[in-house]
Amino acid sequence: MNFFQIISEIEKVDPEVYDRLDSRRAVFKHMSGLGQKLTAAAVPLAVGAIFNKAYGQTPAGLTAVNVLNFALKLEYLEKYFYQLRPTALFSSVNQAALSLIATDESNHVSFLTTVINSVAAGQAFADPTVTAFDYTAGGAFPTALTNADTYLALAQSFEDTGVRAYKGAAPLTNVMANKTVLTAALNIHSVEARHASHIRAMRRAGSPSSQATPSLGVPASPYDSKPKSWISGTDNGGAAAPATSAIYGAGNDSGAATYGSNSQTGSTAGVTFPAESNTTQGGVPLSTSTSPNFANFPASAFSEAFDEGLDVVTVTTIAKLFVRSGYTVF
Amino acid sequence: MSHNVPAGSKPTVADLDRPLYTPIKRRSFFMYAGATAGATALVLAGCSKDDNNSPGMVSVGSGDVGVLNYAYALEQLEADFYTQVRSGSYYTSLSTSDPIRLILDDLYYHEVIHRDFFKTAITNANATPIQALKTVYPANTFNSKSTVLATAMAFEDLGVAAYNGAGQYISSAQYLLIAGKIVSVEARHAAIIRDLVAEGSFVGNDIITLTSANKATGDTNYAPSGSSLERSKTPSEVVAIANTFLQDGSKLDVSGIR
Repeated sequence: MNFFQIISEIEKVDPEVYDRLDSRRAVFKHMSGLGQKLTAAAVPLAVGAIFNKAYGQTPAGLTAVNVLNFALKLEYLEKYFYQLRPTALFSSVNQAALSLIATDESNHVSFLTTVINSVAAGQAFADPTVTAFDYTAGGAFPTALTNADTYLALAQSFEDTGVRAYKGAAPLTNVMANKTVLTAALNIHSVEARHASHIRAMRRAGSPSSQATPSLGVPASPYDSKPKSWISGTDNGGAAAPATSAIYGAGNDSGAATYGSNSQTGSTAGVTFPAESNTTQGGVPLSTSTSPNFANFPASAFSEAFDEGLDVVTVTTIAKLFVRSGYTVF
Repeated sequence: MSHNVPAGSKPTVADLDRPLYTPIKRRSFFMYAGATAGATALVLAGCSKDDNNSPGMVSVGSGDVGVLNYAYALEQLEADFYTQVRSGSYYTSLSTSDPIRLILDDLYYHEVIHRDFFKTAITNANATPIQALKTVYPANTFNSKSTVLATAMAFEDLGVAAYNGAGQYISSAQYLLIAGKIVSVEARHAAIIRDLVAEGSFVGNDIITLTSANKATGDTNYAPSGSSLERSKTPSEVVAIANTFLQDGSKLDVSGIR
């Protein structure tokens, strides 16, 4: 397929397509990488993801219930992923950890369902059942449930995505306005980060079928296959770049979602979604020259010290990759 | 000398020249004096020079600056801890490529970055950062693997609970996002430290609501048993623990965060 031809055709009806695709034009870097490295099966998915990002729904008045249901859907995605875990491929120590995470995600589903129904009777997103999800992402990851390394790569991807999603949702106007909902969101967010940290340790330590001490793995730059427990730069695109690159890339802060009590849009509210490699926080550029106390710090520390949020639209685009054709979840 | 002056706030009441001591219910005092929840904290101006009755508490102030100073205080504690770890005999016994040493290195870098970031952010907000805090640890804390990891675990879990419990007091979306960016990193820290203490303990009922509830029903932070939510802590609950690692004169007063 001639990718750029498609876009210039679109430009004839939408002259602003280039701005829509990515305001920072980084998407073109994405596209060239995609063309070279993706399998044929995955290209349509990635293309779809890019266009969904451009023309996907931009939620304006996300209510607290909307946000909780969005979170609930992500938890269902994770719940069934862990329910389908290939236990036999893992050591007993790794099995125990995956079982614990599976319990947590199922618990998150139950909790969010109860909370939503208690504030808006009957409005919790109904169980889509396990068949609604396709963890191979339409064939992009054929061994998702049959190979331990692929499974863990996806696990890390889901957990890191969840962390970014909850973080991006917390400052939304209707979430900040409801202290109970906000606190609940924060209290799930940190648990997902714990999961992410442990999954990364499992990948870092290697030998998933025999590993007894996953805490003792040693990371290896560029941190795609042997990551730290925290995100270093963009971890070279994550566990399965370029398919996972969007999880560590920039989001969209110029959408219609509003943040804070003044209901401001993203960048106006100071809510932005840069890539995980970002090192400027609250207007403060962070590097070895920012403070004498940082003098001999490795450059990687500055992006590692802060995670980044991700907007609802971008998260939805990523999550949709794992919904089985013919089903609707997100 | 009692220092009950919330950092960065301006005097508003001229006739209050009696210092407050810890046991007095500040909340009712503020209501009586007409302060609202969102207002800049009243300054108890004019501490008497003759007042030497109790060592000073360090007030973090109120409003968003209060939360930033609260975070700055906790990051000071963590940064100080990991700084001292690096000169302790456990750390120095480890090879430079030891996985635990690599983790302790990163935790040191991250917490120092967090600490100095908050000091800068508070200054940039035209407010006054609290003073440099003086810490105290049990003897031999830095000399063995078990005490270093146990203390690290306590601090990291406490930090997560603190940020999560403070979110509701932040009014700026930007500051809330920043707090969120830091707390997930602290949770990543906590998880691996816990795993180093005991494999697979990255989550457990002590810190998430796995098999027992958190708080009482009706509390903002309530989560039932079987929900797997982090057990967040109020600022008061946090400093009750943090203050045990802070010397007299450095103990925190978070009554302004409400």
